[in-house]
Amino acid sequence: MALHRGRGFASINYPIGMNLGGDPSQALVHSNPGGKFMVALSSIDLGQGMKSVTRQIAAETLGVPVEDVYVDTADSDTGPHCMGSFASRGTHRVGNAVIQAALEARSVMLEAAAEELEVDPADLVTDGKGNIHVKGAPSKSITTAEACGAAQFKQGRTVSGRGIFLIPLSEVDPETGEMTPVSCFAHAALIVDVDVDDETGEIDVVQMNSAYELGRALNPRLVEQQLIGGAWMGMSHAAWETTEPYYPERSHGPLDFNEYLMPGPGDIAPHDIAILERPAPDGPFGGKGPGEMCANPVLPAMVNAVFNAVGVRIDELPITPEKILRGIRANGGARPPARRN
Amino acid sequence: MAKKPVRFHLNGSEKAVFVEDGQNLLDMLRRGIGDLTPKYGCGQGTCGTCTVLIDGEPHLSCLTLAETVEGRQLTTTAGLASGNRLHALQAAFMEGFAAQCGYCTPGMLMAAKALLDRNPNPSRQEVVEAISGNICRCTGYEPIINAILEAAKSGDARHYG
Ligand code: FES
Ligand code: FES
Repeated sequence: MALHRGRGFASINYPIGMNLGGDPSQALVHSNPGGKFMVALSSIDLGQGMKSVTRQIAAETLGVPVEDVYVDTADSDTGPHCMGSFASRGTHRVGNAVIQAALEARSVMLEAAAEELEVDPADLVTDGKGNIHVKGAPSKSITTAEACGAAQFKQGRTVSGRGIFLIPLSEVDPETGEMTPVSCFAHAALIVDVDVDDETGEIDVVQMNSAYELGRALNPRLVEQQLIGGAWMGMSHAAWETTEPYYPERSHGPLDFNEYLMPGPGDIAPHDIAILERPAPDGPFGGKGPGEMCANPVLPAMVNAVFNAVGVRIDELPITPEKILRGIRANGGARPPARRN
Repeated sequence: MAKKPVRFHLNGSEKAVFVEDGQNLLDMLRRGIGDLTPKYGCGQGTCGTCTVLIDGEPHLSCLTLAETVEGRQLTTTAGLASGNRLHALQAAFMEGFAAQCGYCTPGMLMAAKALLDRNPNPSRQEVVEAISGNICRCTGYEPIINAILEAAKSGDARHYG
């Protein structure tokens, strides 16, 4: 038996969002009389950080501390409409809707403050720490809580805002087939090193190195966490997971975690990530979002790495030991392609 | 169905409950006592999110008969923090972004606590082995392994809880 080391590379150009009849998301923002803000969304946080990132976006736009903002994604029956948390669309679509809603709420808050301070709302600024004051005259000041309280109890205003972000349906040009389904793309390149055992057909992922360009990283630690976890999912799709191992034959599908294979903590490899920031002109504070593309480049890179290691070209996922061994046998042994230096 | 009385300690306080024949410990903790920190993932011993400590040893509560904890000391994630002060493992998980959806987190914390209680300076390999019965679908494990090693390094993982 021998272990064969191989290296595979893949790069991707990843569209943010989708275009099946238009791609809208809505947000509603309102303050309570104590000056805390609620962002109502139907955009579910699956663990990827939807709530954290929309909270940051709302706080930044409103000009209040992040602690003063709550995000409620409770229920698509009671919340404003969202297409959903998929297609890597959350940060971009929902973030933009939150900015629009927060801007409207902010302007009401400033009008309420202006009425209390007897100044022009256009002269007011927020300090991001919970205060509103006259530009250049910080002593003429009111807290955001006082302004929201006055709006509620004295002035009869709702400090609230509505937001929607829509990428409209792009029709296909019947002459040319041309369309513009998305407004921005994220990018990634990934290199993976694997060891392939020519006796058992097993793959050991040794190392991953990657670079992701995803607009501005609105929360860099969250982004990194998502990329690390997503690469594991990619690796899992590439060589472990399948619901129909003999597709299109449906039998022998796994029914539970006893049978559904995934890499465990002992199967992971060191992964170095470089995050490149190229703010998107139409992204919220330049963000596009990592989303699904955390997993995408891993699959083709692993297939390429196996080919590089033993000369077997896998064209159906997952890359199982059985497929590798059949390929090695068909080739009359492990036959890595000639390497260029 | 016959009910049996069972007495044990949960996170330091005495509990006495009636359990049904064949009732599992996870169900007793969640439904009978209202401690929702151990999670139900699979109910068949393959995901680890229901892990609790019985006399300091990690057990899958979904596969443990409730009546067998008579007279024993149970620890769940609800018993990790002292007041507002998080356990070193909880703090390290938070600092290290070791949770995404959080569904595996209670089981990971309990498996890690059992490890650090018996081995305060584990190697990376020992951490991997300690959590190898716990599935995480989100993080790729790396942040969890690192958080456990950080908690061990901070040295106060054993001071309370
Ligand atoms: S619920 Fe007990 S191991 Fe999954
Ligand atoms: S954080 Fe989601 S399963 Fe571990």
